[in-house]
Amino acid sequence: MSKFPNLTLTASIAALILAMPAWAGNYGLGRPALPEEIAAWDVDVSPDGTGLPEGSGSVEDGEAIFADYCAICHGDFAEGVDNWPKLAGGADTLDREDPLKTVGSYWPYLTTTWDYVHRSMPFGNAQTLTPNEVYAIVAYILYSNDLVDDDFVLSNENLLDVEMPNAEGFIVDDRETSEAHFWTAEPCMTGCKDTVEITMRAAVLDVTPEETRAKKVQELIRRTRPEPSREDVTAAAVPADQPATEVAASAEVDPELAAAGETVFKKCKACHQVGDDAKNKTGPILNGIVGASAGHVDGFKYSKAMQEAAEGGLVWSDAELAAFLAKPKSYMKGTKMSFAGLKKDEDIEAVIAYLKSFQ
Amino acid sequence: MSESSGKKGASRRQFLTSVAAVGAGAVAAGAARAAAPDPLITEVQDWARATGDGVDATPYGLPIEYEGDVIRRNVEWLTADTISSINFTPIHALDGTITPQGCAFERHHSGAIALKKEDYRLMINGLVDQPLVFSYADLERFPRENHVYFCECAANSGMEWAGAQLNGAQFTHGMIHNMEYSGVSLRTLLEEAGLGAAGDLKDKWVYVEGADASSNGRSIPMEKALDDCLIAFKANGEALRKEHGYPVRLVVPGWEGNMWVKWLRRIEVMDGPVESREETSKYTDTLEDGTSRKWTWVMDAKSVVTSPSPQAPITHGAGPLVITGLAWSGRGAITGVDVSVDGGKSWQPARLAAPGQDKALTRFYLDITWDGSEMLLQSRARDASGYVQPTKAQLREVRGLNSIYHNNAIQTWWVKASGEAENVEVS
Repeated sequence: MSKFPNLTLTASIAALILAMPAWAGNYGLGRPALPEEIAAWDVDVSPDGTGLPEGSGSVEDGEAIFADYCAICHGDFAEGVDNWPKLAGGADTLDREDPLKTVGSYWPYLTTTWDYVHRSMPFGNAQTLTPNEVYAIVAYILYSNDLVDDDFVLSNENLLDVEMPNAEGFIVDDRETSEAHFWTAEPCMTGCKDTVEITMRAAVLDVTPEETRAKKVQELIRRTRPEPSREDVTAAAVPADQPATEVAASAEVDPELAAAGETVFKKCKACHQVGDDAKNKTGPILNGIVGASAGHVDGFKYSKAMQEAAEGGLVWSDAELAAFLAKPKSYMKGTKMSFAGLKKDEDIEAVIAYLKSFQ
Repeated sequence: MSESSGKKGASRRQFLTSVAAVGAGAVAAGAARAAAPDPLITEVQDWARATGDGVDATPYGLPIEYEGDVIRRNVEWLTADTISSINFTPIHALDGTITPQGCAFERHHSGAIALKKEDYRLMINGLVDQPLVFSYADLERFPRENHVYFCECAANSGMEWAGAQLNGAQFTHGMIHNMEYSGVSLRTLLEEAGLGAAGDLKDKWVYVEGADASSNGRSIPMEKALDDCLIAFKANGEALRKEHGYPVRLVVPGWEGNMWVKWLRRIEVMDGPVESREETSKYTDTLEDGTSRKWTWVMDAKSVVTSPSPQAPITHGAGPLVITGLAWSGRGAITGVDVSVDGGKSWQPARLAAPGQDKALTRFYLDITWDGSEMLLQSRARDASGYVQPTKAQLREVRGLNSIYHNNAIQTWWVKASGEAENVEVS
């Protein structure tokens, strides 16, 4: 955000220049930017607070907004889901192995958090939050990091007063002095060391993608194939009391598609579990969901909307599930599932294939 | 080597058999002698009898199907979602220095967007005499320059800080590409808007921002902005690819790839850095004591042997062997590359395919007669500033293990007698 005192002044300068035949440009290309255009795009916020709009938001409001827009990736408590960024925790870990870098433990300026949430979040629906919503979300992130109390209200007035724990934790690039010994000009060419031994091998860790992927696919093939013996299948994924026909049905799953679905399912894992040890979490267990009646999982408290749909005889066929997953809240008004939906048809198809492998 | 689709490349067993057969022949008789006439020569082949494709069979050509494994690859466990992720250039399979756009690595923070030239706008605002808006057509009317530069992600080799992890040059060093850019210098555009309003330029900054949903933005000191930054719209002669920022990206020669803002939409002259997310919480390098370096923009001198390497094993047995690789430095031209086959005990100068160019990839070769015994292959780059690429131990001594970014350490491939290679660390 530029430091012109206000838009009125900028506007008058622009008007003045517009009135002249041409500005000082060498080529006279382009056109003057209008104040409204600059205001629309120039929204960055600097560490001194330049660019922060008026507004405020409470931790309490932030918690609700965070649950709706952010928790799907960052977790209800900003603890992070899978590989999505953790926003809270990690205090005093920066000098340890695998430091946990969060807004609380690492970010030096709170203006950066405000600026980033405002311009780049929520992921998939960026640049839609109002300033007050952003203040509330940032307040909640601070609260998740134990940096403010639960009755805290963040505003443009007090944002710069919040002390960031790692504000003094940065130095400007000093490689040219701290690593001056790398400028040796004439390096050693012979007799540089007496012995050489292999101290670590990549093959031991075995995290190279193609192998990993091949293994995953094989694992899925094993899990979804009824042969060579019933025992194998039962042991792998299918509950012992499942009728044989359902095992046969699961064998139709395309393992490649199911593997792709496993990746898509990362978006669902914050709330749903599958597999032998699955438990109800924010969402119900999804074992056997494809082809099942809506609301069939014991012990899960479904929304009223879902209960009504179940009474109406809704069955999660491929088609119904696909429609639900595309836009949960449009498909079923009142569902508890606070998920925006899967945009790509191939993702929906893949995740259904993956779910079929847990029949 | 084991592709899940199966059709790409020979199986490991085929590979080993061929090595054994060719290797034995080569050692015994120098140039191998054919046991029987080669039917590929003595019999008329289909391609020599019938006609091939006419022109326009592929109005825009793609590599022939036999090269189908020369593709970008992703490391799934690295990131939560491919929309905010990175993939890797197949440097093990390329030669020369120019990276074809179609296999040049991608890094997106909110996915690659489709932005039409007609819908493209570039704004310059802030401390300028006249805030301006340019259309794409406007940009094409400024004097143009052509330059070849490498673009390397700051996280290239980042997974290797704690130890040898990924088995392939593509994965250890593939977050890099090297293209010839055509565009307008950033200086030209800044001067068009006029820098009088900025006053003393010494302490001024330029903030650059992309048009995609990530709104990736970085602060660049005015000195660099006026030096060699380029507003690029062509790469290797043709329009930028969508995944590289079509229609316009910023080129910041020698500096970390994150600053090369794609879908560039705004340039703001400021009196300080924004300290955006990508220049504070990311792209900062944490040292052993917990303090972190910021503004580590320059990419240090670095090199890697691209072949032989884990994905490009020796398949011909003992005898003449071409060892080749790439070297580059963000501080200027590469002046020399040394290669070691004994894990760094001794070094020999490699042959540079062409004199090193400023902030661009340099191809090196070392042509040897391989005796068929195992090697610990390394390469070591030197640049015009006198910098010598350090060992991993030297880097760790200064920076510890938690830096994530800017790992430019010497890479070791353990090439076994079978010709297979593995990513290792040595003492």
